[in-house]
Amino acid sequence: MSAVILRQVSKVYPNGFKAVHEIDLDVTDGEFMVLIGPSGCAKSTTLRMIAGLESITGGEVRIGGRIVNNLPPYERGIAMVFQNYALYPHMKVHRNLSFGLRLKHLPEPEIKKAVDEVATILEIEELLDRLPKELSGGQAQRVAVGRALIKKPQVFLFDEPLSNLDAKLRASMRVRITELHRRLKADGLNATVIYVTHDQTEAMTMGDRICVLKEGQIMQVDTPTRLYDRPANTFVAGFLGSPEMNLKPARLTRQGNAPALRVGGFTVALPEDKAGRLTDRPDGDVVLGIRPPFVELAGPDADGTVEGTLKFVEFMGHEVFIYFDLDGEEYTAVNRIENPGLLKTLKVGERARFRLLMDRAHVFDPKSGLNLTLPVNA
Amino acid sequence: MHKTLVSQVSPEALAEMRRTERRQQINAAIRYAILIACGFAMIYPLLWLVGASFKSNREIFTEIGFLPLAPTFEGYVEGWKTSTEYTFGRFFLNTFVILIPKVLATAFSSVLVAYGFARFEFPGKKLLFAVLIGTLLLPNVVTRIPQYLLFRELGWLDSYLPLWVPQLFAVDAFFVFMLIQFLRGIPRDMEEAAMIDGCRPTQVLIHIVIPILKPAIISVCLFQFMWSMNDFLGPLIYISSVEKYPIALALKMSISVTESFEWNRILSMTVLALVPSLVVFFLAQKYFIEGISTTGLKG
Repeated sequence: MSAVILRQVSKVYPNGFKAVHEIDLDVTDGEFMVLIGPSGCAKSTTLRMIAGLESITGGEVRIGGRIVNNLPPYERGIAMVFQNYALYPHMKVHRNLSFGLRLKHLPEPEIKKAVDEVATILEIEELLDRLPKELSGGQAQRVAVGRALIKKPQVFLFDEPLSNLDAKLRASMRVRITELHRRLKADGLNATVIYVTHDQTEAMTMGDRICVLKEGQIMQVDTPTRLYDRPANTFVAGFLGSPEMNLKPARLTRQGNAPALRVGGFTVALPEDKAGRLTDRPDGDVVLGIRPPFVELAGPDADGTVEGTLKFVEFMGHEVFIYFDLDGEEYTAVNRIENPGLLKTLKVGERARFRLLMDRAHVFDPKSGLNLTLPVNA
Repeated sequence: MHKTLVSQVSPEALAEMRRTERRQQINAAIRYAILIACGFAMIYPLLWLVGASFKSNREIFTEIGFLPLAPTFEGYVEGWKTSTEYTFGRFFLNTFVILIPKVLATAFSSVLVAYGFARFEFPGKKLLFAVLIGTLLLPNVVTRIPQYLLFRELGWLDSYLPLWVPQLFAVDAFFVFMLIQFLRGIPRDMEEAAMIDGCRPTQVLIHIVIPILKPAIISVCLFQFMWSMNDFLGPLIYISSVEKYPIALALKMSISVTESFEWNRILSMTVLALVPSLVVFFLAQKYFIEGISTTGLKG
């Protein structure tokens, strides 16, 4: 059992600054949980509290059922990979890997076997006799992962491990770490992973679940697809996805008897399920959230569309980014190039019609930012 | 390619280029001449010292040049014997007996105190650090008399204890400060990684911090070595028997006890006294420069 459970965990610094606000988080046994958020959202602080590198000023942290609040890092059954690798500069790679085992006074043959095993998994056999300064960034990061892996911990903690690597290496390390986690799982080593990052690609591709943090509070915890499709609030909606979701002011109104949205002078009907959730809400200001792929360029006479002024068009090869102005608000649409004829008629500064795919849109409360169109029990 | 380029340049421009080049050469020549002259003026006393140590006592006062006309080892041979019952070897030995424990104690205590200040939070840390830095500004003389009285009460006079023991308490704030600066420049990640690997704070110190601090520790040892080698006042105050004298006192003794000063002997022994510091410095030069340049204490 290596579940990590945070209950009402908070962190107040001696100067009175509250970095983490009573958060609750359940990371199940063997799960890959990603903590993501903008700088200063306390994702690293949270990870360091789990690791025992930062004191916990309120609440409790349980690892594998044990309360670990007051245990030193080495008694928590964890291993951690740091952003800048944190390899011991005066030790060769094999010493770096085996340092933890040597502290436990394991017999030499056992240590050697463990080092070889880890070196094979991470393909660093030929690096064992090098010093950290003789390694490239990617190699150093693999050694750092190896140093965590060799301890066979219950919980792996990663603190932005790939942010010092270039884009190409990052992509390959991403796959490697995800594969490693699956492989350990397949081998019966149910290692739980908590992975901190600010890179949404990493979060979306690696995590079983993602925990989105903002200013020391949890905004939403869910699987990557559900976070993308059903953001709980405007923050999560705007934070995940690239290009960003269009979050624009709109007005809740009635079309016949059914709730509809007034967007830039146009009335847009809502699909039945979403409309149903808004029936009890009085007419008034709301925030419309719609991702750029769900804003479609439409022909000049299409029904149920909105009309905006084209500001800018970017051709990306297989798709096109269209920026248009709708009643003073700039919207982004990302469309596949399926109708080249229609695209050719586009001229910056002219009017064009767009269809908002409302079954993929969200309506948020302008004050609290909460998503008003989510199913209640989701 | 080069030729065609030159051929395209007008004769006036070529002449101008040559003039500039010439001006630069003259400038450089003047600069170097001044630098060499200043450098020579600086090193001349040292050259003279080495030269004079091979002269006879009479020649020292009659010839102005630093090259001895009739080189002789007399100064070294007679100087080594000294006017006491001990040879200079004894004083060298005494110097090292004082120096080695002193250097080790300094390194040990300074590292411990610097680690504490740089890496741990404890009540009163700011005040204590201010006091520590305050002692940097305190003139040594102020503490001489109280210290003397204290060591007299302890019965440590005419022993090396007053020179050794204070070093165990990181009395040289300069070294502590230097190490703290060095530690502040090192990210804590490695120490945190070691803690997760299973190190307790003392193990972090031994396995991680000390190896990383090595260049700075070597600088501390080197400074302490050279300063203690040159220390005259400390031994003068606490050591009274000739058999315990270090070099600094022995040199002074050769001046005061003999009626007519045998300058060539004194100079010869001075040259010998310089050797250990020079040797140690050149052996540790690489680390020394690294240690100084990364602590922010340049210059």
